[in-house]
Amino acid sequence: MSAETTGTGAAAGARSTAAGTYAPRPGAAPLPRMIAAQAVLETKMLLRNGEQLLLTVIIPTLLLVLFSAVDIVDTGDGKAVDFLAPGILALAVMSTAFTGQAIATGFERRYGVLKRLAVSPLPRWGLMTAKSLSVLVTEILQVILVTVIALALGWSPHGNPFAVLLLLVLGTAAFSGLGLLMAGTLKAEATLAAANLVFLLLLIGGGVIVSLDKFPQGAQDVLGLLPISALSEGLRDVLQHGAGMPWGNLGILAVWAALGLAAAGRFFRWE
Amino acid sequence: MRSDPVVQVSGLVKRYGGKTAVDGLDLVARAGITAVLGPNGAGKTTTVESCEGYRRPDAGTVRVLGLDPVREASALRPRIGVMLQSGGVYSGARADEMLKHVARLHAHPLDVAALIERLGLGSCGRTTYRRLSGGQQQRLALAMAVVGRPELVFLDEPTAGLDPQARRATWELVRELRADGVSVILTTHHMDEAEQLADDVAIIDAGRVIAQGSPEELCRGGAENTLRFGGRPGLDVASLLKALPADSTAVELTPGSYRVGGKIDPQLLATVTSWCAQHGVMPEKISVERHTLEDVFLELTGKELRG
Repeated sequence: MSAETTGTGAAAGARSTAAGTYAPRPGAAPLPRMIAAQAVLETKMLLRNGEQLLLTVIIPTLLLVLFSAVDIVDTGDGKAVDFLAPGILALAVMSTAFTGQAIATGFERRYGVLKRLAVSPLPRWGLMTAKSLSVLVTEILQVILVTVIALALGWSPHGNPFAVLLLLVLGTAAFSGLGLLMAGTLKAEATLAAANLVFLLLLIGGGVIVSLDKFPQGAQDVLGLLPISALSEGLRDVLQHGAGMPWGNLGILAVWAALGLAAAGRFFRWE
Repeated sequence: MRSDPVVQVSGLVKRYGGKTAVDGLDLVARAGITAVLGPNGAGKTTTVESCEGYRRPDAGTVRVLGLDPVREASALRPRIGVMLQSGGVYSGARADEMLKHVARLHAHPLDVAALIERLGLGSCGRTTYRRLSGGQQQRLALAMAVVGRPELVFLDEPTAGLDPQARRATWELVRELRADGVSVILTTHHMDEAEQLADDVAIIDAGRVIAQGSPEELCRGGAENTLRFGGRPGLDVASLLKALPADSTAVELTPGSYRVGGKIDPQLLATVTSWCAQHGVMPEKISVERHTLEDVFLELTGKELRG
C-alpha cells in the first residue's frame, strides 16, 4: 500500500461526524460474551499462523503417516499405528498447549497485546480462560484429525475413553502452565527458540515415536517423569494395551500441572 | 466544564530500579482536553500509565474518575479508553477485525464501520497489522481507544510519526470527542499540538509538573509579549508610555528602533498606531512577537523541548 493511497484514505475519512456520535456510554460487555469473543479471536490468530499450523497439524500428521507406512522406528509387536497414534495424540497436546501457546503468548506480550487487553473490560483471568478455551478447541480439531487418519491407517484403539479424556485434560493443564511460564518470563525470541528446542527434544525423548524402552535404565527413570512421557505412555497403556486408570502417569501430570500453573501465576509478567 | 477533576494525581513518585521517573508529581485534570507536555524522559508516559493502572505508585495517590486505578481497576477499565504509544494489536489481525473485537468487549460500542471510515482505515482491507503503515497503526490504536464510548481517553503521543495531514485528522477527531463530552488526556512533546488542542497544559520536566494552565495563561505568565516598530530616531518614548496601559514598557532599542512590552492585544496595537498618527510618525516593520509555549518551556527549564 503506497503512502499516497494512505493519505487519500485519511483525507476521505476526515469529514466531520454527526454531533453526539462519541457521547460517552461506557460499559463492559457481559463476561461470557467477552470470553467467547476473546477465545474466537485467539483461535483465529492461531489457525491463521503458518508456523503454528506446521507445529500443530502438519508435523503430527506427517509423523503418524510416515512412521506407520515406513518401518523406520521400532514400534514393537503389533501394528505400527497402534503404537504411534497414542504418541501422536500426546504430541498434538504438547504442540498446542505448550509450544504454540508459549510462542503466541510470548509475542503477544512483546507486541503489547497483553498490555492493551489488560486495560480493556476483559479481566485478566477472563483472558486466560479464553486462551485455555482456544487451546481446547484446537486440540479437539487435532484429536479428530489424528483419529480419522489413524483409523484410516488401521488403528484399533482400546480402553476407557474417560481415562483418555482425563489424561488429555491433565496433560493440557501441565503443558499450558509450562508454556505460559516460559512466555511470561523470557523474551519473545528466547521463548521461540526454547519452545521449539524443547518440542524437538521431548518429541525424541518423551516416548512419542521412540519407546522409552530404547533408552538405558537410568535415563528411562528420569525421562519417565517428564510430562510428555507420562502423557504418551499413559495414552499408550490405555489405548494400545487396554489398561485401566493409569494413576501413576495421571499423578505425574497433576504434579507438573500444579507446579507449572502456580509458577506461571507467580512469575508471569504482562509487559 | 469546570466540574469534578477527571484525574487527580498528588505526590506521585515512581522509581524503576535506582532511577526516579516521577518525583512528587501533582496534576489535576478536569473535563476537556489536557495536554501533558514535556521532553522525552520527563515522566509523561509513567504518569499516564499510573493513571491507567499499569504502575503501582511508590508514593502518592492517583484517582481517575474518582477511582483508584490499581485497586478499583475493574470498575474503571470500562469507563476509559487507552491508546498506547505503540503496539497493542495481534500482528496477524486485520484492522477491522481487531477493532470489532475491542468493540465486542464493550456494552454500547460505536459503529465500527463508521469509525473505520472516519479514520480512513477502510483502505487497509485484508492487510494484517504488521504490514500496515505506521500512520495506519496509529489510527487503529486511536480507534481502539474510543470505540467503547469511554468518558475519558488517554492518548500517549497520538501523533508521533504522523505526516501533517494525518496529524490534523487526529486533532479533528480529538476535538470532536471533546465536543461530545469525552475528556482527553494526551501526552506530547509537540508545542503546537498542546497549543492547538488543549484547554489545559501541564508542563513536565524531570518527573515534576513545573507549570500548569491554559495555553494563554502559560504564555502570559512568562516573559511578556513584545511589539516592535521602526520610525524616525528620537521619538518621545515617555509620551508613548503615557498613552499605554500602566504595566507596559516602551524603549528605543537603537536609534529608530522601538520596542513595546506588556499585554499586547489589538487595543494596545491600535493605541500605538494612533499615537504614531498623532505624532506624524509612519511606523515601519510593525511586528508582534507572540510568546509561545516553546519560549515558556525554555524559560522554565533552560532547555529546548526537543533537545
